[in-house]
Amino acid sequence: MSYLDNILFAILLILGGGYFAQNVKKLIRNIKLGHDVDRSDNPSERWKNMAMIALGQSKMVRRPVAGILHIFVYIGFVIINIEVLEIVIDGLFGTHRAFSFMGGFYDFLIGSFEILALLVLVAVITFWTRRNIIKLKRFIHNDLTGWPKSDANYILYFEVVLMSLFLLMNAADLHLQTIGAPGYESAGAFPVSQFIAPIFNGTSESLVHLIEKSAWWVHICGILVFLNYLYYSKHLHILLAFPNTYFANLKPQGQFDNLESVTNEVKLMMDPNADPFAAPAPDADATPAKFGASDVQDLNWVQLLNAYTCTECGRCTSSCPANQTGKKLSPRKIMMDTRDRLEEVGKNIDANKGVFVPDNKSLLNDYITPEELWACTSCNACVEECPVNISPLSIIMDMRRYLVMEQSAAPTELNNMMTNIENNGAPWQYNQMDRLNWKDEA
Amino acid sequence: MSANLIVPTMAEMMAQGKQPDVLFWVGCSGSFDDRAKKITKAFVKLLNHANVSFAVLGTEESCTGDPAKRAGNEFLFQMQAMTNIEVMNAYEIKKIVTACPHCFNTIKNEYPELGGKYEVVHHTEFLKSLLDEGKLTIEGGQYKGKKITFHDPCYLGRANNVYEAPRDLITKLDAELVEMKRSKKNGLCCGAGGAQMFKEPEKGNKDINVERTEDALETQPDIIAAGCPFCNTMLTDGIKFKEKEGSVKVMDVAELIANAQDL
Repeated sequence: MSYLDNILFAILLILGGGYFAQNVKKLIRNIKLGHDVDRSDNPSERWKNMAMIALGQSKMVRRPVAGILHIFVYIGFVIINIEVLEIVIDGLFGTHRAFSFMGGFYDFLIGSFEILALLVLVAVITFWTRRNIIKLKRFIHNDLTGWPKSDANYILYFEVVLMSLFLLMNAADLHLQTIGAPGYESAGAFPVSQFIAPIFNGTSESLVHLIEKSAWWVHICGILVFLNYLYYSKHLHILLAFPNTYFANLKPQGQFDNLESVTNEVKLMMDPNADPFAAPAPDADATPAKFGASDVQDLNWVQLLNAYTCTECGRCTSSCPANQTGKKLSPRKIMMDTRDRLEEVGKNIDANKGVFVPDNKSLLNDYITPEELWACTSCNACVEECPVNISPLSIIMDMRRYLVMEQSAAPTELNNMMTNIENNGAPWQYNQMDRLNWKDEA
Repeated sequence: MSANLIVPTMAEMMAQGKQPDVLFWVGCSGSFDDRAKKITKAFVKLLNHANVSFAVLGTEESCTGDPAKRAGNEFLFQMQAMTNIEVMNAYEIKKIVTACPHCFNTIKNEYPELGGKYEVVHHTEFLKSLLDEGKLTIEGGQYKGKKITFHDPCYLGRANNVYEAPRDLITKLDAELVEMKRSKKNGLCCGAGGAQMFKEPEKGNKDINVERTEDALETQPDIIAAGCPFCNTMLTDGIKFKEKEGSVKVMDVAELIANAQDL
């Protein structure tokens, strides 16, 4: 019977891990719904970007308060995972503090985990205050209502609970160690929980033992639940920030891609030797490529990865000139809409045995309106701001391309501008033959 | 005031069997917009003054296609691009300078894939190199001690990481360079990019150029320096909106240098 705990723990671990693995599979499938784009060049620069931006948080600290607090939570998260490893070993093999053989180093580890746990608590409470009491503009923005708003708070509550349980578990353990309870050899340093431990003075040993064991169980169950919560949450960024910064665009921000399908057509158009009556080449793709994007399947996989990576911090929106001047465009909403639509498409595929059945909906119009798209100045402020190198701009541009090239739905003034370029080689109604007149004007 | 501008065209140069060191890409705004034409002339004065061997395409120049591309019309963009590339490749152009960051960005970044590979520099970078090579000297002149703030054009700054050249030039004027609260990487757009120049803005509570002009006015400048004809227009409009045209001028960096030398 003594193995019951260990078996129960193993089952929980397999269930938690298995369900998560299933969702990761779904995530990868959904991202692969996007067009191919080659991001295999310059691996050294890509690794460097990942190390600097995701691992090193270099873009986070541009806003120092949030940046430094975020680093507490981030380091806390990464380091405390070492403790989780011990917890898993303890759970599977029925040991208690399996790593304690490391002696002084173990004291140092547990001591630093405790300090980090405290810093995480401080940071998380500050984050909650910024969202709910101070109400920073980007957190009460009209694109952050309903689920996204609750999601952000749930994550904070989760972290408070996990950290508190960790400290409570250590405090109870320390108390048991101090009173010399059997099975609780002196191990670990407890710079934070030593101040909590005194609350157990006068409590019966069996109750403290129960509290310690319960805190341990709830803590590890909490971690498994949190792991599985990721897929449904903006918190997915803790994993995807790494591939996202690796695969991000390395070209100058001002360089927009040239559509290859268009290049082929324009070359043919301009080639004096082209036979206008030629039959299409036998190997030509049966369905002509769609120009631009009206739905998530028209975007490329990096754009879809961007959507899953977005943690809705809103730095993009707060730096967007259109948004600051009251226009509807919010780069954050572009990313959130893309993810929501992608999830909807994914669920459609799941429900229809692996095939997408048209649902008369699309990213364009049902999620993102042309009014939002036309408000963009393509200034790249959102791209520059994003702490994990997401590009809302590339999605906006692809959707404009669809509006213009597939639907001829540009605003009238832009149509006039384009007609002028076509006819006179300038966006205004001036004759190309007058281009050098300035030379002789007084 | 100096004599007439010397502005050879590529066609004239070719007829004489000459190849200029650099092509000056004037751009649509620099060719047709009354305000921007002044910038073009100021830059040509500096080129003439420094005896730079250059030429323009003149009537063979056409829109780079930037506004069409940013508006989503990739077809029109690529048609413009390929036509321009054909012309420039026929003249065996190696190096291009332009006073428009939009032309700069497009030719520099988007033309190579379509067959147009050139060395492209912004006019502030070009002037800076003339200065470094000793072909141009800059003195403060009328701008000595004046307070000047520089507005980063998005397509020069964030898009291509050129931040220092225009600032180095302004500092050489013995002027006091003051930074806006949002500058360089964090610079705020003037509101013209992405083809916005050619349409009315979407419904909102403020115009972007007014927002940016307020940033500039916070520094209490004598002059707002720009490096882009579109930013120039937007900020000039912003100054008019704020009724400050009496005390604050919007000037291109090239104009400042040309004026300081009394060219």
